Amino acid sequence: MTYRVDINGEARELDVPGAMPLLWAVRNELGMSGTKFGCGVGLCGACTVHVDGVAQRSCQVQVGSLAGKKVTTIEALGESQVGRALQQAWLDEDVMQCGYCQAGQLMNASAFLARNPQPSAQQIDQAMAGNICRCACYTRIREAIAMVAEKGTADA
Amino acid sequence: MRNTMTLNRRTLLKVSALAGGGLVLTASMPMVARAAGVTNAAPASLNAFVSIRPDNTISIVGKNPEIGQGIKTMLPMLIADEMDADWDLVSITQADSDAARYGPQLAGGSFATPMNWMPMRQVGAAVRQMMLSAAAARWGVPATGLKTELSKVIETSSGRSITYGELATDAAKLAAPDPSAVTLKDTKDFHIIGRAIGGIDSPRIVKGEPIFGIDTRLPGMVYAAFERAPVFGSKLKSASLDAVKAEPGVLNAFIIEGNGNPEQLSDGVAIIANNWWLANRARSKLNIEWDTGEWSGHSSKGYDAAARAAMAGGNPQEDIVKTGDVEAAFASAAKTLDAEYAYPFLAHAPMEPQNCTALMHQDGTLEIWAPTQNPQAGQTAVAQMLGITPDKIKLHITRMGGGFGRRLNNDFMHQVAAIAKQMPGTPVQLLWSREDDVRSDFYRPAGWHRLRAALDDQGKLTGFDDHFITFAIGGSFNPAAMAPDIFPARFVPNLRYAQTKLETRVPMGALRAPSSNALSFVTQSFLDEVATAAGKDLPALLLELIEGREKEPDSRGFMGPAPGFNPGRMRAVIEKATSMSGWGKTMPQGRALGFGFYFSHMGYFAEVVEAGLSASNKVEVHNVWVAGDVGSHIINPYGAMNQVQGAVIDGLGQATALAIEIEDGAVAQSNFHDYQLPRINFTPAVHVEFVKSDNAPTGLGEPALPPVIPALVNALAKLTGKRVRSLPIDTSQLV
Repeated sequence: MTYRVDINGEARELDVPGAMPLLWAVRNELGMSGTKFGCGVGLCGACTVHVDGVAQRSCQVQVGSLAGKKVTTIEALGESQVGRALQQAWLDEDVMQCGYCQAGQLMNASAFLARNPQPSAQQIDQAMAGNICRCACYTRIREAIAMVAEKGTADA
Repeated sequence: MRNTMTLNRRTLLKVSALAGGGLVLTASMPMVARAAGVTNAAPASLNAFVSIRPDNTISIVGKNPEIGQGIKTMLPMLIADEMDADWDLVSITQADSDAARYGPQLAGGSFATPMNWMPMRQVGAAVRQMMLSAAAARWGVPATGLKTELSKVIETSSGRSITYGELATDAAKLAAPDPSAVTLKDTKDFHIIGRAIGGIDSPRIVKGEPIFGIDTRLPGMVYAAFERAPVFGSKLKSASLDAVKAEPGVLNAFIIEGNGNPEQLSDGVAIIANNWWLANRARSKLNIEWDTGEWSGHSSKGYDAAARAAMAGGNPQEDIVKTGDVEAAFASAAKTLDAEYAYPFLAHAPMEPQNCTALMHQDGTLEIWAPTQNPQAGQTAVAQMLGITPDKIKLHITRMGGGFGRRLNNDFMHQVAAIAKQMPGTPVQLLWSREDDVRSDFYRPAGWHRLRAALDDQGKLTGFDDHFITFAIGGSFNPAAMAPDIFPARFVPNLRYAQTKLETRVPMGALRAPSSNALSFVTQSFLDEVATAAGKDLPALLLELIEGREKEPDSRGFMGPAPGFNPGRMRAVIEKATSMSGWGKTMPQGRALGFGFYFSHMGYFAEVVEAGLSASNKVEVHNVWVAGDVGSHIINPYGAMNQVQGAVIDGLGQATALAIEIEDGAVAQSNFHDYQLPRINFTPAVHVEFVKSDNAPTGLGEPALPPVIPALVNALAKLTGKRVRSLPIDTSQLV
């Protein structure tokens, strides 16, 4: 059957089984490959997207469950102030090595900072603990998030 | 400075005009290939590629595969600096696999920096020289009165200037200079080398743009899942595919017959669909009968029992090295130590699961988009498998979501080639699940060591004996061999390294800092035991062992003319790390410091770990201090810091949590719940300083990893009085 899903502000039609994870709908049906496949079971966070502003693992969100909801992917992260600020901080801190997990890291960090703009170091660790970086860029992920928290996002 | 690889007279620099104006400089560097020992194929090979357009923009080809080690940014930095280019005008393109044009293209062994430090600079300097010549001709003045700066030639007396872009078409008509005769910069004039420059692809990555192998999209492309036997060495007896073909979205399913070589193609079934999730889901409908053969009874437990028996038996199959009179040293010792160490198989688990995309064109040529660390070997082997010549394969190298050595093997490339062959004209992307990735790896071999040490009545280490139990496939293969000159060889008068090989069919391969990631744990932990028995600490013991021998010539040519082990450089990083960490200071209750040193991949690293145990008895690492010597320059401080910090956390993850276990001939682990990579909330502060020495720069992908493992183990020994001799660390043994 055909599902209508709001992705990055556009109504997209998906002719797929309702049980298909959102990850595979965006990657293979819509040609948006920014959202990454890492584990398929919600353990690594590489596929993190926002559903109604909340960070979700898109490998665990079924297409059939998204009626009336708004999905945001990494391709639209730059449309929010916090998203732009994080993207810039990621570059300023040269956070990444391979970069594969970073879409998920950024999506998780942006939902977190939107909710808690002034986190403690411990809160940053707790919030980001679901996202694996195999290259272990963790010290710079911490610094980049702390930098955005300190400077704010007004200029972004 | 010595021991650097350079372009010489046999190197051919070629200049040609760009269509539409501008200049292309290419360099052929046969000696680079030989020095690295990575290829014995075609000696003549183009290695660098610079083009300058009339609008003054510069394009530099990044020839090596990018796995996150930063090479796509760093090699062009070497060229651009010597060119006196304006970095803001430089763009970088990723080379396709092409041995004839680019020479070796490999991401492995931390080779790229030492192999390319001088040749890439010479290429850049040759461009600069041509710009000077072209400007001198244009203005009718001697080149001696000209200088270069930020992609411009400037006349010193008048101050007039002209851009490289304006000169490029003229320069393209000049003969290329002899690279061995070009003048390199005084290193104090570097303006790009040594500058912290962000990853060249990072701006695209933060926007989610398609850049990785898994992001390859081609018109009409379909997706493939591949089912292979869980038990290593199995053969496919029969498969019923009707139920799979009836699944929604499945376009086709067929048997792939392997060639018996797990590094290439194992038996399996390919399932093709328009959406990978549908292809992968259909695997549950497969009905396959496997002949698991004689290896299905193998297990980690069985290997451990065999290894323990071999260690107790004390009869190694063969010596690796033997110096002095080891038994006499033990017979006359005032004190002896005897311990068994063990470590498990490990998987690589890069974040991007294995994948590869291929299109068999109707004319019989194959086009491949491959996230591979080893493209040229893959191209050659796949061509051989298909019965075509390598020039019938066009192989695009994609950025990779991590490598760590996994993608040195090209099994995924063989699989997708075999699949694409069945469907000419249709592009197909093969993708593995995470479970496939964990269970079909080339594992860091498990290993065991029985170690003995003899101390005389002065507490001096007089005898050292290591019986290493390792693996072989068919009697010979072993990617984690113990070299005869591993420290403390050469510094203990009576020493033997010997080995016994157990036969296995578990596929094995290189994992970041191969051999060293295990041998560091074993040798530096046991030497810490020796130091304690002698009433010293490990840094003191190590410095005592090399006392007075710091100026000895390097022990070996690890890589052609490149430097081998130098005890003077070892001393410098040991002194630096102990100073940085305040080694010897009184620690707060519940915390202790541990030390480790290791030399690998031409890099010298001394590391101090501050560790404790949490209330729930988990290892907590608070700080790691790292002192490293990788030569005279840190080419890109951003990339360098990232490699060192990442390697340290990677090593701590191995030490505390990671093991692959074989049960009934197959891997027991499957995903990140039972193969638990380190996370941000485990991450310590990592303090890094580089000791600059008068040696050509060497690589950083690997050498920072090995010493952190024994440093952690030694900290826990100090903290608890209990010695960890088996990885991963089992904290229940520490209370």
